[in-house]
Amino acid sequence: MPLPAKKKRNYLPLVLLALALFPIFGSTYYNELIAKIMIMTIFAMSLDLLVGFTGLVSFGHAAFFGVAAYSVVLLSPKYDPGNLWLVLPGAILTGAAVAFVVGLFVLRTKGIYFIMVTLAFAQMIYFVFHDTPLGGGSDGAFLNVKPELRIGEKVLLDLNEPMQFYYIVLAFLVVAYVFLRVLLRSPLGHALAGIKSNEHRMVSLGFPVFLYKLAGFVTAGGLAGLAGFLSACQFGFVTPEILSWHQSGNVLLMVILGGMGTLNGAAIGAFAFVVLQEVFGALTKHWQLLMGAVIVTVVMVLPGGLSSLPRRLKGLLIGGGARHG
Amino acid sequence: MDFSTFLIQLLNSLQYGLLLFLVASGLTLIFGIMGIINLAHGSFYMMGAYMAFSLTSLSGNLLVAVIVGIALSALIGFLLEWGLFSRLYKRDHLDQVLLTYGLILIFEELRSLIVGDDVHGVPIPELLSASIQLSETLSYPVYRLFMSGVCILLAALMYWLIRYTRLGMMIRAGSSNREMVQALGINIDLIYRIVFGLGVTLAAFAGMLAAPVSSVYPGMGNQVLIICFVVVVIGGVGSVWGALVAALLIGLTDTFGKVIAPDYAGLAVYVLMAAVLLWRPEGIFRRI
Repeated sequence: MPLPAKKKRNYLPLVLLALALFPIFGSTYYNELIAKIMIMTIFAMSLDLLVGFTGLVSFGHAAFFGVAAYSVVLLSPKYDPGNLWLVLPGAILTGAAVAFVVGLFVLRTKGIYFIMVTLAFAQMIYFVFHDTPLGGGSDGAFLNVKPELRIGEKVLLDLNEPMQFYYIVLAFLVVAYVFLRVLLRSPLGHALAGIKSNEHRMVSLGFPVFLYKLAGFVTAGGLAGLAGFLSACQFGFVTPEILSWHQSGNVLLMVILGGMGTLNGAAIGAFAFVVLQEVFGALTKHWQLLMGAVIVTVVMVLPGGLSSLPRRLKGLLIGGGARHG
Repeated sequence: MDFSTFLIQLLNSLQYGLLLFLVASGLTLIFGIMGIINLAHGSFYMMGAYMAFSLTSLSGNLLVAVIVGIALSALIGFLLEWGLFSRLYKRDHLDQVLLTYGLILIFEELRSLIVGDDVHGVPIPELLSASIQLSETLSYPVYRLFMSGVCILLAALMYWLIRYTRLGMMIRAGSSNREMVQALGINIDLIYRIVFGLGVTLAAFAGMLAAPVSSVYPGMGNQVLIICFVVVVIGGVGSVWGALVAALLIGLTDTFGKVIAPDYAGLAVYVLMAAVLLWRPEGIFRRI
């Protein structure tokens, strides 16, 4: 018996409003925390395009985030604000270009190979920044003055201003979200979904699967680059650690924690991860122990991630309503 | 480069490659037979090294430490498979990645809580602490030769185990068709548990063996893990002999890379991997 179509409630405008009004009430600390969560949401959404929507489990996504963050420092003059017209496209293009080159290699592999090869390439890039003087070696480098947007003499946007920075991040989050929504409805998005559900079928139907995957990979790299740009601007310095495999692991964790294949899930995951990190970090310096325990518990008892929790609870209460797994 | 320097570097690369093989063979076996990707494999290497350190300082004898350590790591592997991994066989690789990532965090923090974050050294046993004089100025430590010898012995043992024993037959059968093996009345769960325990023990033993020459430090497991991934990718997932060839290749590349271009040596093995990927995306060898 077909169930009556239930109207899906849309909480999005509410969330957006809350985010827009938050700085009025929030203190500096919480503003920064929310900005960080929004940046991580962009990062997690970009990975979700690969993991959740295309079925490519990349364990090296920090590489694109990291090189873009480094490009911000390298493209900015040492003691003057960088030009946003140059630095922002530069960062996104850097992320996308590195993803293009890496993608040419890694997309030749599948499944478990893909996981290992993406990790290995990310590690290679980590070593480029860790071992060579290009980005200040293992010490990293400072972004002394953050970029600004100028038209002629007039400064339109200044990323050094915390308030302006918050709203710029919010604006980019909305842009990235809408962009991905549109992309997923485009022919490319449908092709990626087709690759996820059955790659052989797509090949048989004559789709240039490799090119589609490469397009998805490069897009995800560019978006990760946007997140890297914002992150470099928020913290004002870059170290090789932002390229490390822990970063790749953490963002993968956000995607899965929130439930992959849903853009909202990426936001939930980023929120949960950053908050857990803060809470555990305040409790003990061995916070990773608690984080590890949470991860293991989620994998063992909650395979669909946190966003499956309401459905599961409902299933428990009403009985039989929840799909298993 | 004169001949004795070349010989020393060759022996070093052989020793490094064989040690990598010991760790990577467990990784590739666990994947090839059980279909599990295990990121925590490097942690077992780290655990082994720390066991060698703490048990040696407790008992005063490396041999006793190694024996107790082997028993402990086999037990840990057995328990982990029983408690966690056995529930993940039917799940996606993604869940396995996540679980083992969580385990890495737990193991690193437990290490930090129990032993602390200092770098430690483990003394070379007196019996093996001599050096062989190669020329007037150059010599080669006996312990490193001993390490290579032990690794070769273990590789031979594994070959024998997989090729010529009943257990090996079951392992090979289990890797190609789990249901069929089960239908023939073989306890596949037990086979999996043994393979996992074996993999953990091999990694931990490699850590113990390496402890006297490489010192014992936090994060040592992660470094080894990623190089082992490169080994497995080059050698072909699930192929033990591929892992041997790839590990030796990486040993050569890394050691001689450090001699020729010290600044970029860290990159050399990844360039090698990229080249192999272009040539043969599925690795040099394909199956066990």
